[in-house]
Amino acid sequence: MRDIRRSGRRDSTRGERKYGLFQVISPSRSAKTGLPLWLLGLGVDRLRTDMSRLLALLFHQGVLDEQFLQLQQLQDESCPNFVSEVINIYFHESEKLLRNLRGLLSDREFSDYKKMGIHLNQFMGSSSSIGAKRVRNVCVAFRAASEQNNRAGCLRALELLEHEYCYLKNKLHEFFQIEQQRVLAAGVRYPIQN
Amino acid sequence: MARNGVISRRMRSDKVEGFEISAMDSHKEVHVLAVDDSLVDRKVIERLLKISSCKVTAVDSGRRALQFLGIDEEKKSVGFDGLKVDLIITDYCMPGMTGYELLKKIKESSALREIPVVIMSSENILTRIDRCLEEGAEDFIVKPVKLSDVKRLRDYMRREDKNGSENRGGIVNKRKLRETSDPSLSSSPPSNSSSSTSTSPSSSSSSSSSSSSSSGELDSPTRRLKMTNGDL
Repeated sequence: MRDIRRSGRRDSTRGERKYGLFQVISPSRSAKTGLPLWLLGLGVDRLRTDMSRLLALLFHQGVLDEQFLQLQQLQDESCPNFVSEVINIYFHESEKLLRNLRGLLSDREFSDYKKMGIHLNQFMGSSSSIGAKRVRNVCVAFRAASEQNNRAGCLRALELLEHEYCYLKNKLHEFFQIEQQRVLAAGVRYPIQN
Repeated sequence: MARNGVISRRMRSDKVEGFEISAMDSHKEVHVLAVDDSLVDRKVIERLLKISSCKVTAVDSGRRALQFLGIDEEKKSVGFDGLKVDLIITDYCMPGMTGYELLKKIKESSALREIPVVIMSSENILTRIDRCLEEGAEDFIVKPVKLSDVKRLRDYMRREDKNGSENRGGIVNKRKLRETSDPSLSSSPPSNSSSSTSTSPSSSSSSSSSSSSSSGELDSPTRRLKMTNGDL
């Protein structure tokens, strides 16, 4: 598909870019990938498949649950970055909570299990709100250990929690990266007319 | 339009004369006050409400909610300074003032007790639910909140409006209405509520929405319980 509206044609010296508005130009090349622009646009479908596959994997592993899908349903043209915005807030808050928990447990004299419970409740709540099922479940186990004043159990749970959180964060970053590429590719295929 | 959780201060600037209590008089849109200390949850509930065509004001504490509503700890005077609230939805577990305490304060206020209050909680503790309902909460939603939950809330507000200014009577009538439509009403939760614990992504809002049509007073909050063992 030749895009004659927005694409520019670089001449071979990679100097100025010429915009042929009403003439059919030879297929232009994307500077970054070296792919013809029209092929990059077709990559939308492959990227969409990649996103679906990643999500399916995460669901299968129990890392995410249907609440994540609910978040996606809340995203539309009027609010196109909703999911990533909420998830970024979640990351920010979670890392604070993890630091607090780590800090509490590093103290050998530690006894404020109530405070730990409050952090855990917050972590549980926000995790469930974004569909982070595995992280939330570890929080539940962690809280149980905390209620029994079981310091060793809490330490183990914290290790596991940090591990699960890391995995989730990496996968969600991957997800958003693919989504960004997809948006870019879709922009090439269906460019906005001014 | 991106909004953060800061309360709108506009309320103080306009004073509306001869303001009527009945719900949808001067506003086409329903105005909901959302109270939650978690920023993530505030963002989500705000979006859920906006996408359901509600105006939203989101605050992070019970104290701020009371300030917004016009009752403060110090002052006893109340003023609906232009920004009428049609529904209050609040988290239960909050530092400082819990959702339950906020509910009590609202029901104690002569000017505010007509506003329906919905409690949200990530824990489905029956005693907690009962306590809130007894105190006058309209409904109790177990988190995470879904679109189907918000849609159900909208129905409350529309039904309240039809009953006019006698909101108290309206609430009682509405519940009786639902009770009579479901003769098999029992106090134990319906079995289809357990499906929402499944791990597959496909069963999102099926359980809640399917039971909403035949729900009675006790069904309404209890069917939101994500119980793992259907004890019927």
